[in-house]
Amino acid sequence: MPEPILQIENVSKIYGARRTLFGRTAEVQALNNVSISVQKGESFGLVGESGSGKTTLTRSILHLETPTAGRILFEGQDLAHLSSAELRRLRARVQIVFQDPYASLNPRMSVRDIVTEPMLVHNDILNLNRGQRTDRAAELLSLVGLGPQHLSRFPHEFSGGQRQRICIARALASGPELLLLDEPTSALDVSVQAQVLNLLCDLQDRLGLTYFFISHDLAVVRYLCDRVALIYRGELVEEGETDEIFDAPKSDYAKMLIGAMPEVKVRGSAA
Amino acid sequence: MSETAQTSEVEIPRPADDRLRRALFRFRQSKLSMLGAAVVAIVLFFTAFGTILAPYPEHVAGAVDTANRFQPPSLTHPFGTNELGQDVLSLVMAGATVSVLAGFGVVLIGTLIGTLVGAVAGFVGGWTDEGLMRLTDLTLTIPSLILAMAIAAALGPGFTNMVIAISLSWWPGYARLVRGEVLAAREEVYVTAARAIGANPSRILFRHILPNVVSPIIVKMSLDMGFAILTVAGLGFIGIGVRPPTPEWGTLLSLSRSYMPDYWWTAMAPGMAMFFAVFGFNLLGDGLRDILDPKARR
Amino acid sequence: MTYPLLDIRNLHLTMTSFDGAAHVLNGIDLTVNRGEIWGLVGESGCGKSLTGLSISRLVSTPPARYIDGEILFEGRDILSLPAKEVQSLRGKRIGMIFQDPTTNLNPSYRIGEQLVDVALAAASHDASILDCPPNASRRERRRAARRLAGDMLDRVGIPNAEARLDNYPHEFSGGMRQRVLIAMALIGRPDLLIADEPTTALDVSVQAQILKLLKGTVADHFIGVILITHNLGVVAETCSHVAVMYAGNIVESGPVAEVIERPAHPYTKALMASIPTKHSKRGSLNGLGGSVPNLISAPPGCRFAPRCSRAVEACTQTLPQPVQVGGTHHAACIRLNETEDLVDA
Repeated sequence: MPEPILQIENVSKIYGARRTLFGRTAEVQALNNVSISVQKGESFGLVGESGSGKTTLTRSILHLETPTAGRILFEGQDLAHLSSAELRRLRARVQIVFQDPYASLNPRMSVRDIVTEPMLVHNDILNLNRGQRTDRAAELLSLVGLGPQHLSRFPHEFSGGQRQRICIARALASGPELLLLDEPTSALDVSVQAQVLNLLCDLQDRLGLTYFFISHDLAVVRYLCDRVALIYRGELVEEGETDEIFDAPKSDYAKMLIGAMPEVKVRGSAA
Repeated sequence: MSETAQTSEVEIPRPADDRLRRALFRFRQSKLSMLGAAVVAIVLFFTAFGTILAPYPEHVAGAVDTANRFQPPSLTHPFGTNELGQDVLSLVMAGATVSVLAGFGVVLIGTLIGTLVGAVAGFVGGWTDEGLMRLTDLTLTIPSLILAMAIAAALGPGFTNMVIAISLSWWPGYARLVRGEVLAAREEVYVTAARAIGANPSRILFRHILPNVVSPIIVKMSLDMGFAILTVAGLGFIGIGVRPPTPEWGTLLSLSRSYMPDYWWTAMAPGMAMFFAVFGFNLLGDGLRDILDPKARR
Repeated sequence: MTYPLLDIRNLHLTMTSFDGAAHVLNGIDLTVNRGEIWGLVGESGCGKSLTGLSISRLVSTPPARYIDGEILFEGRDILSLPAKEVQSLRGKRIGMIFQDPTTNLNPSYRIGEQLVDVALAAASHDASILDCPPNASRRERRRAARRLAGDMLDRVGIPNAEARLDNYPHEFSGGMRQRVLIAMALIGRPDLLIADEPTTALDVSVQAQILKLLKGTVADHFIGVILITHNLGVVAETCSHVAVMYAGNIVESGPVAEVIERPAHPYTKALMASIPTKHSKRGSLNGLGGSVPNLISAPPGCRFAPRCSRAVEACTQTLPQPVQVGGTHHAACIRLNETEDLVDA
């Protein structure tokens, strides 16, 4: 029986009304009673359109945002009850890759500085000296398909696909178990997307990572994920095995979404 | 365009200063920027060596030659002589040192104070932000020349006091600029990424935010240089800046005022020097803005 | 003699930058007739957007320079028309939709006013748009334009369209603003519509709606469309024809069904293979190694040769010319027959 690594229990998030010059803005219910459980070693896909609450949920898991109600547990520990030191240790084990590889790397830092930064921040756990950190950065770069010759380069010298690889290397630097992938391929060309998706599959097999994959691209989710949850306007609409949802969607929303998905259908051959 | 070399084999090795070369290339595209840079280079040259190169160093030191007062421009005195018979060209050349250094000092101190206030306000936010920015607004409401005059009057005239006086009225612009830039940079994805890694606030501020707001600060510094030189000269003109005999453009202009228009050349040279310095720094600043603009980079 | 709606012939464009002159469009040939929706696909940096911008002459020269070729819009070369005439073509005869919706709406006018203005301007060359009698007063025309604006907003899927005409752009979300821009481009009933990644930023459900609207507009008004996208799925579901671009060349073109079912060029095949489909097994996607070449020192022969698994020595010698694969299906590859064999084997 696999154990859950991440449990989201009845999480709600309401953004409070703000007072402005012209009166009060309305409250926004970003998440409404969402419960999800992610097992160790699986790829869990969270699908939602814009404004569905995906981002709020991701930020809550990273503890960059506090839910209004409900709990988020990582390996059974409630995030809300962690001390700041424990929270910092947790950050080493839960990492994230963002959507836009052009915006998520500091343009003023070299690749070496970018990839070694998590090791530096978590040096109390990792205990690496400067040389060892560089070695590990080089190792991580070759793991994601780049090389040690890239260490002294700056982000602007890389293409989108390569930048996303650097982001993945950075995310792996602190030795995480859970990787949040926030639309990691939607800013990339299909040919590059295929490479990054393959890299993610390969890394998961090698390192035994758990993926929490957030996307609006159903084809990518179907390709990568074992289980899928659909979220619409802050509510969980449907959850289940990937094949089940794609072959026999139950909710109207899932049916609509799968129907709207643009696909290259090659009649006749299924090679 | 964004897709350059994907695999390591096809990559062209690039020197680390590639970005600088590109910036220089873009800078050279604009003739006005180049003109600005050239003018600034000349001004800086005289700032460094004006005193040494002056044809009549004894006049710079304060010697007078009353026999030759109010000589019109000639080969021996290209810009004529003043009421004390001193060579105007020599005074203006030497005056560059004081005027430009004072301007630079003002901009530098203003930048340091302003960046500190703005960065803290933008990064910490909340009541700290409110407090610091209201203080900034308060300083802005006082006309800078009047404030500088008041401070100079309190501290007494002199080079250092003048620089301090102007600086204290100079920083609010930087505070506002830096606060805005910090607020914007704080929302960048790489800053969120750093927070997700677990980096502490000081690391985020000094490693991720401040290095990315340097460009607009440099541009503003360059654009402000001209105005700072003018302000320094303004204080000199009204007599609370540098005291004669130390040559300074504003003071020189102020002294020549009473001999206008008959001995126009005494005002001509310091005025032109100021004009060129301000003009050059403004053109340079515009050029720098073009190449350092964060939207044009990427 | 009747001309095709749009006929691009042998278009060459260079861009000068710090590193030198890049040959970004290297002989584009494309003919669009009324009633056709052409999908222009390829990786980023292959020249899709530049081709689209060239048609309404929105590429700034310099740094760009057209060194050869012509763009014939109903037989008239857009590249040699006076700027004023091009200006009058834009928006009325040639509509454009861009990807970024934030910069293309004036923030200080209501959505309705902006739509009405476009409709009235367009009605000056084609009065039938407003659907009101020719002697109608200005007031009546305005009312008709407003009705049309509300109708268009409704058709691009904006709920409660009539009321939202009085909103300002900032009151719309990004996706809704994009839909307003689409409505704005369609309201003047252009003869040719160039849509550059119009739905990339939108949700799939909205995307489906917009694409359906686009198809409907083509069917109703018999216009021509160039749809620039990187999504082959969108092309497969929307377009009648497709042109696949690589590094400034159209490497394959033809009717969508033909090209997608029987891709002939190795690049098209590689693109198709990198899309995850229902049947792709985890970890089995075939990405395309390498990247678009540096166009400043572009390889002399086929520009795809360095990344092509089937390239031979001859590929690097001369630029391959389009070869007929069947009907109007063309591909520019000298090893078409050989590659066919290899795939079947």
